[in-house]
Amino acid sequence: MTQNAIRLGVDIGGTFTDVVLEVDGSPYSTKVLTTYAAPENAIIDGMHQVCTKAGIAPSDIGQIIHGTTLATNALIERRGAKTALITTQGFRDVIEMRTESRFEQYDLNLNLPEPLLPRQCRFTVPERVDARGAVLIPLDRTEVEAVVDQIAAAGYDSVAIGLMHSYLNGDHERLVAEVVAEKMPGAMISLSCEVSPQMREYERFNTVVANAYIKPLMKSYLGRLEGRLRDEGVSCNIFLMHSGGGIISIENAAEFPVRLVESGPAGGAVFAAHIAARYGLDKVLSFDMGGTTAKICLIKDQTPKTSRVFEVARTYRFKKGSGMPISIPVIDMVEIGAGGGSLAHVDSMRQIRVGPESAGSEPGPACYGRGGNKPAVTDADLVLGKLDPDNFAGGSIQLETASSEGALSSVLGEVLDMDAATAAFGLAEVVDENMANAARVHAVENGEDLSEYTMIAFGGAAPLHAGRLCEKLGVDRLLVPPGAGVGSAIGFLRAPFSFEANRSVYMKLSDFDAPKIQSLLSELKAEATGFVRNCDANAPILSEFKVYMRYAGQGWEIPIVLTEDQAMTPDAATFEARFEEDYVKLFGRKVAGLDIEITVWSVNATTPPEQVAQIAMAQPAGDAPVAGRRQMFDPAKSAYQDAAVVLRDQMAEGAEIAGPAAVTEDETTIIIPSSRKAIRQPDGCIDVSVKG
Amino acid sequence: MAKQHSNVAYQVMWNRLISVVEEQAQALVRTAFSTSVREAGDLSAGVYDTHGKMLAQAVTGTPGHVNAMADAVAHFIRRIGRQNIIEGDVYITNDPWEGTGHLHDITMVTPSFHKGVIVGFFACTAHIVDIGGRGFGADAASVYEEGLYIPIMKFAAGGEVDETLVRIIRGNVREPDQLVGDIFALTTCNEIGHRRLAEMMEEFDLDDLDGIGGFILENSRRATLERINALPRKSASGEMTVDGFATQITLRVKVSIEEDRILSDFTGTTGVDKKGINCPLVYTKAYACYALKCAIAPEIPNNAASLAPFEITAPEDTIVNAVHPAPVALRHIVGHFVPDTVYDALDKILPDLVPAEGAGCLCNFQVSLRPRSDGPAPKGARRSEVLTFNSGGSGARPEHDGLNATAFPSGVMTMPVEATEHVGPVIIWRKELREDSGGAGKQRGGLGQFMEVGAQEGYEFDIQAMFDRVDHPARGRRGGASGAPTTIAQDDGSTMNGKGKQFVPHGRKVMMAFPGGAGYGDPSQRDPALVKRDLARGYISAETAAKDYGLSPEDIAAVQAAINKGENLA
Repeated sequence: MTQNAIRLGVDIGGTFTDVVLEVDGSPYSTKVLTTYAAPENAIIDGMHQVCTKAGIAPSDIGQIIHGTTLATNALIERRGAKTALITTQGFRDVIEMRTESRFEQYDLNLNLPEPLLPRQCRFTVPERVDARGAVLIPLDRTEVEAVVDQIAAAGYDSVAIGLMHSYLNGDHERLVAEVVAEKMPGAMISLSCEVSPQMREYERFNTVVANAYIKPLMKSYLGRLEGRLRDEGVSCNIFLMHSGGGIISIENAAEFPVRLVESGPAGGAVFAAHIAARYGLDKVLSFDMGGTTAKICLIKDQTPKTSRVFEVARTYRFKKGSGMPISIPVIDMVEIGAGGGSLAHVDSMRQIRVGPESAGSEPGPACYGRGGNKPAVTDADLVLGKLDPDNFAGGSIQLETASSEGALSSVLGEVLDMDAATAAFGLAEVVDENMANAARVHAVENGEDLSEYTMIAFGGAAPLHAGRLCEKLGVDRLLVPPGAGVGSAIGFLRAPFSFEANRSVYMKLSDFDAPKIQSLLSELKAEATGFVRNCDANAPILSEFKVYMRYAGQGWEIPIVLTEDQAMTPDAATFEARFEEDYVKLFGRKVAGLDIEITVWSVNATTPPEQVAQIAMAQPAGDAPVAGRRQMFDPAKSAYQDAAVVLRDQMAEGAEIAGPAAVTEDETTIIIPSSRKAIRQPDGCIDVSVKG
Repeated sequence: MAKQHSNVAYQVMWNRLISVVEEQAQALVRTAFSTSVREAGDLSAGVYDTHGKMLAQAVTGTPGHVNAMADAVAHFIRRIGRQNIIEGDVYITNDPWEGTGHLHDITMVTPSFHKGVIVGFFACTAHIVDIGGRGFGADAASVYEEGLYIPIMKFAAGGEVDETLVRIIRGNVREPDQLVGDIFALTTCNEIGHRRLAEMMEEFDLDDLDGIGGFILENSRRATLERINALPRKSASGEMTVDGFATQITLRVKVSIEEDRILSDFTGTTGVDKKGINCPLVYTKAYACYALKCAIAPEIPNNAASLAPFEITAPEDTIVNAVHPAPVALRHIVGHFVPDTVYDALDKILPDLVPAEGAGCLCNFQVSLRPRSDGPAPKGARRSEVLTFNSGGSGARPEHDGLNATAFPSGVMTMPVEATEHVGPVIIWRKELREDSGGAGKQRGGLGQFMEVGAQEGYEFDIQAMFDRVDHPARGRRGGASGAPTTIAQDDGSTMNGKGKQFVPHGRKVMMAFPGGAGYGDPSQRDPALVKRDLARGYISAETAAKDYGLSPEDIAAVQAAINKGENLA
């Protein structure tokens, strides 16, 4: 990537728009309230604020990188365009019938989420391609014209095209697109064979529908944004962060807006990956905890793990299956309903349950004193001494400990015969265990052992809980970087230009066809590289090759990373050896005597990651000045301890503090459990490790 | 000596155990070969104490397995003998009466040792696509014809897999690679559960599961009894008649709410059938329990204590308590109708709680494809078995419409058509919602679905039909109308039966319409906005809107005009 001296990162979140300006490596950041009606306003406002701080003009900015939850929110809030789907006759209801199952088996009153498009917006054409990509029923142009006439007459703005087995043969989809383009010149078109060329019709159709649904909105927003920035004198290129953790051009983003879903959290993962590089860490668990949810991601070799499908807009307690699947390259993370505002109650088994309901900012946790009377995670944190009631959010909100105790006692304590402190302990343990479980399951699914990992924590609530989480997960080292409150926006500035192209093509190792593989991968490489070239005409571009393999007959493929050499001069024995190696790592033993098959091929083109100089670790330079002391509960010891309070900005390089302690700053507090000690590193990270 | 742990620590451990079994189940989904397991989730996984009492069970899975597997581990302990249980053992069975109801379910149990001492068991069950015999279907006259029977035995002894057993299995089934792959997947799944448990025991410094087991069972028992004891002490009878194989079947139950228990007695139910739709009691229990738990104590996790207060009895040799050697391959058909039968009774005790009748049993079929016999077949053509799971509509609820094409009471998923077509030379020509099939009502029944299935050029096939509700559609409640019945025929109009293996010649398709759920409440009470929405979406036709719901011709025309303008009448 071309290095620009002045770069701007902008992350539009649900509540705040975070803006970070870097001028010759020095950061200037601000948070402004997201302006829903015209999100570009908050960006312009924030941009001026940081430019003023840095003493530069908008015209001095060399590059802008933008990520946004607007795409996600449009899907969640169903604020998309008037969209029609054209699909194969006989398959009109694929996106409505889902998996024909109930994601919560014991709820007699369960309702399933409505599909993005109701049935009258879904049209069919007679045609059929089979599982080998051969045409069973040819598509007749006049039949398409009749359907498109109907759609045109109804005034649809956007058309999604999803036909059976189009990931193998997209000719019919392209013919439909041609007719739509001809008869509906103003309409936007999305093809499933382009947006998500992967097997499994429900996921693919849903993805192309989602793309079509948000395309007019995103295109118009991105156009307005560009216009406003130009009006303010910005002349540089504008890029978008995508869900896979890279950057694409504004034009490509407008064409494939579904790839922008979850771009904010992806920026957070890139942020953590960058810190991992700075510390030379190959195994990192990033932990981002905000007001409503916690997100956990594995970062190996300084690269966030990616996946091919994820679920957006979960409607039922974040439960798996209650949202809609989107199959695009995405940074693989688990998100659970656990944040500072998550509320607790006691269930019929006399168990404390926490979340996913959140107190939000109104009324907020009980301790805000705004009428909240249910205990939230923040209330437990306050009662356990993790927060200072007089210095929360830089002292801007006075917390009321008595209200927290009252809520904890009335909702939990009285039912379970516990005092407020024990109830707070129980609540905190349950939410920490929920997050630990999510992390554990995620690690197991990826064949990883967390005890070898380092945690990097950011987001307002993460530093309060990260220490305990490390104890639970057997993680020995925790880094809390500075600027954690705007981590995603900083991450945007660290992301490479990248694009992942993939295709479902089935091949058994017994029918290994090296020339075909070479041509397929070359094609994918050219496609992916093209997207990156759009962003940067000169930078060197690296290609990363991945194939998804399984024993023939299995349904779950595992990703196998290949070197360029292994991929471009392919031989079956190497593919087999690589598969078996990874399979055994995941599942313990290989299955003898079965054929192995490749299902998905993927090439990620990326500019080389920014060269990160590894920093030298700080030399211990004595104890940090203690600003005060308070009683803090230590869950591992199940008792209150006398804890030191240290101000983060008074910790010089190499300053140390032994747990139990609290390191405080305006946005958050880092809790050092009694089993841990901390040292401030040269880059400002607080480095927490097990006492020696 | 059991160590003392705080209430908070036990809460954390309980959560952890539930997460352990969930991981166990996910490992199975990821390593399994049968589409029934990997795509449809027809499986279950759980952890047990040393006495064989179930402590936790994965949410992933289906109720028939869930509750049936609860009893299985005790059988394993008894059959293997405590003194013969050693580290590295893995046990197996597909015994319908000591496992989960038919030979097509393989249950595997692994003892879990910690520091050299047995601390519990992991068990898991999966529905496999073929076990030999006549193939998956109702045609057998006894269990002997239904396939290979594997009594409770060691699959691996002290870590050593019994290769003789593997050879016997391979030699007796149609898809040996797939089945052996699934058996290894089940083994892996228990192994993963065991590893996680060992980590948990290390972390909490546990020597055994007695303390946490007692905590789980005591809290679950108390919570379940609180729910039961808050109900009126009443009893009521319910019944439902369905197609059966050759002759119709009437299921009868008397549900009695008593102190500390609910008794469901199936006395009066039709006797065993000659064909394989009989249900072992263990499977009947599973679905009766499920129905009651959904209605009364839905959020209490499944374990030995939360299931115990639901007592189920049925006289031997009724179709809900078929004993050896009755054929039981399609026991799910009767099993899936048990909840609607129980709800017929429960509705009389607790009105406005339970749904109207739904499609009930899954609309499954298996096709056995082979090169055509009436002409030249394609080169290299081979036989292939393809099983699909599909659902009709669920019954309308007191406050909500029924769910369209969604399984109830079963918890399985359908397989993607594109995945199914990769398994063999089958073509699914149609799979979409069936207009007008949901029973009319204040709340409408869920829609059933249309399916059309054929073979690739050069193939013919047998279809093994497993459908019911051809002659006995789902009945409405409180004035709601019945759902549409099942229909099945070939595309040239030749008639077919709802059950049994039937030949389909080269070039022909099977046209199926799966049943809708029944309605709840008087259709004239339905919100007119919902009637219009249903018409716009094509859930109902204009005729139905007029006839069943009294929508005026003007309103119907207005809806049609709105559709033409692409308006969303949600």
